[in-house]
Amino acid sequence: MLRNYETVFILNPVLSDEQTKEAVSKFTAHLKEKGAEIVAEESWGLKKLAYPIQKKKSGFYFLVEFKGDANLTAGLEVILRRDERVMRFLTVALDKHALAYAGSRREKLNAKSKETK
Amino acid sequence: MASNSEIRFLTPLSIDTGKKKKYCRFKKSGIKFIDYKDADFLTKFLNEQGKILPRRITGTSLKFQRKVSQAVKRARHIAVLPYVTDLMK
Repeated sequence: MLRNYETVFILNPVLSDEQTKEAVSKFTAHLKEKGAEIVAEESWGLKKLAYPIQKKKSGFYFLVEFKGDANLTAGLEVILRRDERVMRFLTVALDKHALAYAGSRREKLNAKSKETK
Repeated sequence: MASNSEIRFLTPLSIDTGKKKKYCRFKKSGIKFIDYKDADFLTKFLNEQGKILPRRITGTSLKFQRKVSQAVKRARHIAVLPYVTDLMK
């Protein structure tokens, strides 16, 4: 069954820019390989954490929205769990309201990024 | 003139004694989805220690209270909101 999902993961802040990019591309590549359609990718950058995780006070947040089969997330979560660079992750299935919200949120962000350009 | 000190008004003062009716803000403004990524919005449903406020204070309907609590718990997991804190606001 085709469903929409959203995954947020927090990468270790001590990684260099290249390493974070490499890590992110590893996960997205895995999704693509397994036949998922990536709807949106969003980097929140380095953010302060509300509480320390692994004695780190900040983390590199990344959000991926994708569409795919229901058994796809298990594989992704195994990879996220095995990767030491990932401090925390959360996968959420999107219902129709969440989907509408994600769409409008994306539009808003796009409009904003255009303004700044 | 028995009591000169007594203040008298020509028109009765309009003192509002009725209680203000609480309402569910999600039902009123038609919000269908509560975003767990939006920390500023979720703090409206938390007290100073970061605990979820009960329905009887916020006025949220049961349907949306469940969604609020789900969203807050998700936000806590990804360290957008703290599990425990002092003086959050």
